[in-house]
Amino acid sequence: METSRDDFVIAIRSAFLKKGTQQRFSLLGLIFFSIIFLILGSLNFKAISYIKIGINEIVYRSSFIVSGPENFIKDNYLVLQDHLNLYKENQKNKLELIDLRSKDLLNKFVILENKRLNNIVDDYLVESDTIFAKVLSDKGSPFLKSIILNKGSKHNITLGMVAMDGEYLVGKIVEVNYLTSRVLLLSDLNSKMPVILEPYGVFSILSGTGEDYGVIQYSKTYESITGKTIIYTSGVGDLFKAGIPIGIIKSDYIAKEKKVEFFSDFSQLKFVKIISFIKDDSK
Amino acid sequence: MTELRNKNYIRKILSQAPLILLFVSVLNNFDFNYLSLKYFSFNFSYILIFYYSLKKSEGLGYIYIFIAGLFNDVVLGTPIGLSSLMYLILCGAAAYLRNITLRPNLVKDCIFFLITILIINSLLFITLNYIFGYELSYVDQIINITFTFLLYSLFSNLFDFFENYFVGKNNAR
Repeated sequence: METSRDDFVIAIRSAFLKKGTQQRFSLLGLIFFSIIFLILGSLNFKAISYIKIGINEIVYRSSFIVSGPENFIKDNYLVLQDHLNLYKENQKNKLELIDLRSKDLLNKFVILENKRLNNIVDDYLVESDTIFAKVLSDKGSPFLKSIILNKGSKHNITLGMVAMDGEYLVGKIVEVNYLTSRVLLLSDLNSKMPVILEPYGVFSILSGTGEDYGVIQYSKTYESITGKTIIYTSGVGDLFKAGIPIGIIKSDYIAKEKKVEFFSDFSQLKFVKIISFIKDDSK
Repeated sequence: MTELRNKNYIRKILSQAPLILLFVSVLNNFDFNYLSLKYFSFNFSYILIFYYSLKKSEGLGYIYIFIAGLFNDVVLGTPIGLSSLMYLILCGAAAYLRNITLRPNLVKDCIFFLITILIINSLLFITLNYIFGYELSYVDQIINITFTFLLYSLFSNLFDFFENYFVGKNNAR
């Protein structure tokens, strides 16, 4: 047992302390040196930092040169792989192309069909020239909710033209003078507008209340409507183009009061857009 | 005369081949990433150092191994001196095995190499994780150890072949 321990110690001593034939440093000395290096490096010792910077400079440049052959092999391997996969990729691309072409044809058909259906459904496809008018007065009486515009017959304003606030419907021209005109707002008690309730597709009439909201009338099916409903012009009666957004019915209101909140705030109108919809003769 | 000089020149290069290979391996850091093999990595430097410390201690000087370790740390971005320490421990283990071995055997060498790299990687993991706060993957470590161990016998035979048929042959002449 004693002999075996002695052998172990001798072997360890020989391995770590004995210098080889061409070794200038013992292994143990270098191990200690490494540990010192490691400790001083972790403590950001200045001398070690400088050595590290020096080694970095040498190693990064050398690494670039030494990696050259491997990079060359790597690049060639990738090129070769690309060439080998060329057939498979080509087959895949061909299938994708066929699929995309069929989709493109379908898409073109849908676009054409949409145009055709619009022509059938809508009589007022083409907008007339847009006239922008300034709101001169919005001080309506309690019995009349209207605004006065600074454009009249001189500017080709005619009765029945539509007044819009951006893309939202505001009302229609009910009075035309030479230099001015009057717009009856949707909130006026006298305003009656054929509308459609989407997404349910229910036709109805929007009536003004004299307040800042409208109500839905003359519809038997509105009781079944639950949830948020958007009100658009229906285009029925050839008065307006179908699909102009007007307002929204919130779910709370539908069963009780059928209140429609207008998208546009009529009390804040400064400018309006006056347009009319003329029949598309090319149909 | 010229032929002889050329032969001497080649012999010198061949005798320095392990050292060149060591520096190339630490500077190049073989990864084979372009092969898209996720679960494949091995430490060529460990195999080279262990083999030459065990079989031909004069092939690689300790000081060169120490410098190679410093280079490896710079390339990998680990704390400087850590790889040197690991390489030198590996050298020490190989030297110890050389001292206690009377009849060399590849299987015994492989087992000893496995134990050594397990200890070294454990030390490396502990040092990096607990002292320097590096995040290391257990799986990557295990894969690396496994492939390094498995490839040792292959490279050992290749180095044997190289030493016998290139370096040894020239020496014999």
